[in-house]
Amino acid sequence: MGSYIPSTLAERKEMLASIGVNSLDDLYVQVPAAMKLKKLDLPVGKSELEVVNIMEELSLKNKVFSAIFRGAGAYNHYIPAIVKSVTSKEEFVTAYTPYQAEISQGILQSIFEYQTMICELTGMDVSNASVYDGASAAAEAVLMFKDKKKPKALISGSVNPMVIRTVQTYCKGSGIELVVVPTTGGVTDIEALEKMADSTVSCVYMQQPNYYGIIEDAEKIGEISHSAGAKYIMGVNPIAVTIIKTPAEYGADVAVGEGQPLGMPLAFGGPYLGFMATTKPIMRKLPGRIVGETKDVDGKRAYVLTLQAREQHIRREKASSNICSNQALCALTASVFMTAMGADGIKEMANQCLSKAHYTAKSICEIKGFEMKFSGEFFHEFVTTCPIKTNILMAELEKKGILGGYPVDDGILWCVTEMNSKAQIDTLVSIIKEVCKG
Amino acid sequence: MNLIFEKSRTGRGCSILPKSDVPMYSLDDKITRKTELHLPQVAEVDISRHYTQLIKRTHGLNNGFYPLGSCTMKYNPKVNEEIASLPAFKKIHPLQPAHSVQGCMEVIANAEKYLCEISGMDSMTFQPAAGAHGELTGILMIKAYHEARGDFKRTKIIVPDAAHGTNPASATMGNFTTVSVPSNAEGCVDIEKLRELVGDDTAGLMLTNPNTVGIFDKNILEITKIIHDAGGLNYYDGANLNAVMGVVRPGDMGFDVVHMNLHKTFSTPHGGGGPGSGPVGCKKFLAPFMPVYHVVERDGSYDFDMPVQTIGSVKAFYGNFLVVVKALTYILNIGAEGILEASQNAVLNANYMRALLSKTYDIAFDGICMHEFVISLEGLKKNTGVSALDVAKMLLDRGIHPPTMYFPLIVHEALMFEPTETESKETLDEAVDLLLSIYEAAQNNEEQFHQAPLHTPVRRLDEVGAARNLVLRYQF
Repeated sequence: MGSYIPSTLAERKEMLASIGVNSLDDLYVQVPAAMKLKKLDLPVGKSELEVVNIMEELSLKNKVFSAIFRGAGAYNHYIPAIVKSVTSKEEFVTAYTPYQAEISQGILQSIFEYQTMICELTGMDVSNASVYDGASAAAEAVLMFKDKKKPKALISGSVNPMVIRTVQTYCKGSGIELVVVPTTGGVTDIEALEKMADSTVSCVYMQQPNYYGIIEDAEKIGEISHSAGAKYIMGVNPIAVTIIKTPAEYGADVAVGEGQPLGMPLAFGGPYLGFMATTKPIMRKLPGRIVGETKDVDGKRAYVLTLQAREQHIRREKASSNICSNQALCALTASVFMTAMGADGIKEMANQCLSKAHYTAKSICEIKGFEMKFSGEFFHEFVTTCPIKTNILMAELEKKGILGGYPVDDGILWCVTEMNSKAQIDTLVSIIKEVCKG
Repeated sequence: MNLIFEKSRTGRGCSILPKSDVPMYSLDDKITRKTELHLPQVAEVDISRHYTQLIKRTHGLNNGFYPLGSCTMKYNPKVNEEIASLPAFKKIHPLQPAHSVQGCMEVIANAEKYLCEISGMDSMTFQPAAGAHGELTGILMIKAYHEARGDFKRTKIIVPDAAHGTNPASATMGNFTTVSVPSNAEGCVDIEKLRELVGDDTAGLMLTNPNTVGIFDKNILEITKIIHDAGGLNYYDGANLNAVMGVVRPGDMGFDVVHMNLHKTFSTPHGGGGPGSGPVGCKKFLAPFMPVYHVVERDGSYDFDMPVQTIGSVKAFYGNFLVVVKALTYILNIGAEGILEASQNAVLNANYMRALLSKTYDIAFDGICMHEFVISLEGLKKNTGVSALDVAKMLLDRGIHPPTMYFPLIVHEALMFEPTETESKETLDEAVDLLLSIYEAAQNNEEQFHQAPLHTPVRRLDEVGAARNLVLRYQF
């Protein structure tokens, strides 16, 4: 019923006549008749109003929690109102990749600004225009160092399991042997890493803070990687990195991460944003789009896609990656978010995450049967034990509109952000107390 | 214009967060950040105006005709955006328990059902975030399929010389060697050459049909059979699906695995380069190899299933969910009849433009085309010195986004037009008139063409300089 085709039936007839055919079917002469479909088995079209009702009803089959204490790769943060206002502008939403630079300066400049902000966050020299998400950014980073003489790559077991699985999938395809470094006490087992890191290893991947929220001795991991002749890749949280040492300060060669906390809604897992940054000597290995500054023929400052000799549309099978698009609108979202927050605002956000998580951890661990599973310092996530079955606790929390922490191994991975007020936290703690009493 | 950093003033900012209501906690100095963090210090009004200035320097679909070949720049219905903004979609944590995300799962399940029907496939994953990401997924599934049969000698993927650059690049990411099969005089796969290339080292073929010169390869059943007979699988690059929806299905052409671009064919916007969505559909025998988190219905409710021989994961979670929401909204809206009508009118519009231009311009592989066609300006360039690039730049001054330039590689001085179904007859007429007048003007105004564009926010750029003198960020 809905149709976005402007031409009228009369106009279509005129057009067919200009082409010199009688019917729309005549345009498909090249398609062998035997192969043609009789009829699509789909519902008939509906009006816009009907579709809105159907989709709204569908959305209401989901439960929206009023308080979220779960992260594990997707984080509930405040999104300033200006973010949506800017990112819904029709030009930004509907344009294609900025191939025609003369009429795409808006998008190109916004990406240049994004690249600058990612460099500032991570301390690295060069950022690309973004990739699909944090997990694929991690995989692309490992692939940057594919080397016949160094067939192995190491990844810490304290990395988010979804990231490990994604890196594994890419590596298997590409012929890189990915080996998982064991953990001890919730962090990378340094002794094991020292044994495993040898001259056959092309790169080492770790996550800071790690999957369990713990801030690892990333300096040490970097030193071990480099002394084995391997490159050092860090996956970082873009909010945490504003108050914790930067990947550059830790000595990383590549910094990647999930950009979702920078203004993207939880949205059942996507679209999110993968950021990737590296040092000058390595930048030509970066996959994806990169925007550079240049001048036009009149000497005006302008921006353009550059270093394209790395890319699939030029290099085809010799390209550094098959990636074609970036997540431009998500990169724009991140830029507007960082601009609205400012350096002080984003650090305040990070400090509130840190402080509220510590307040929550302390309060939960005052309840009998709950204790911290690991001793390492943490950012906004931490793992506690749980004296009862986690699903029973989660179900009770759900009744009160609270999404509790994520059950991992035999504990619970909690996440607390600036979105969780003290009142919310206190309610959470009192419900846990109540449920676990008997 | 200035960068946002150049508009920054110390002390300016926006007020967003409340004061912390818990005691502040401090990290040990040994792990705190020492490097200064420079982000813009601007008021909200500065942000609003900055980006408004930027959109004035951006050509969107709302600004005018966008016949960018191979990219299907069709109109993006606004209701899609509204639906994707519903709080009960946006505020859902991806790791909520299954019973609390039944709506999201039903979106994915319904999208799978409808897109499988359109493509002729049995099963679908929504994890891939873009077309190229879908290609990688499909390639890894093909690899896993052969290896699961203990067949490790299949190291080659066959790709036509006219293919998108992502095809060979994706094959490389699966550690395959790409073998290029030449096109024949009609712009289609050279069947005899294909026969010579296949063997027991053939893992598969990657093909788009209609192909990149806008021709439906009528030998498609023979092509896919040659690959199957050699023990390989057929991968359908869905970039050109907008020509044939409701008319013919990749599954009925002999393809085993396909990706679709929801951001092309199913009207979700391109966002200046993303986010897109590149779901991969496959025949039943390949379903065990799909990425993790396949939505299935069991006893009236939805849950995630783990395909038994899964290739793993190509990203975190389940794909670009909100993009899938938009595509489903579109399918429900236009329905079975609208899907067919969309393809028919995409083909009608392309043929109408082609017919009107063919008296003046050289159409590569002339004849009835599908949803796009390619013109070659080789002759024009030889006679006048005006190249495809010059014509494209001249179009910029006239408010039309140029067609895709210099692709496919097998056509010299190529311009590839894909008008899509959502353009009116008068838009096409205006574009044709303009192109005809440009052809006329090119005959004795070479220099004027080299100067174009004159009226865009910036003029031709020094791309060589950009790559030589790399400035990839603003320095504070």
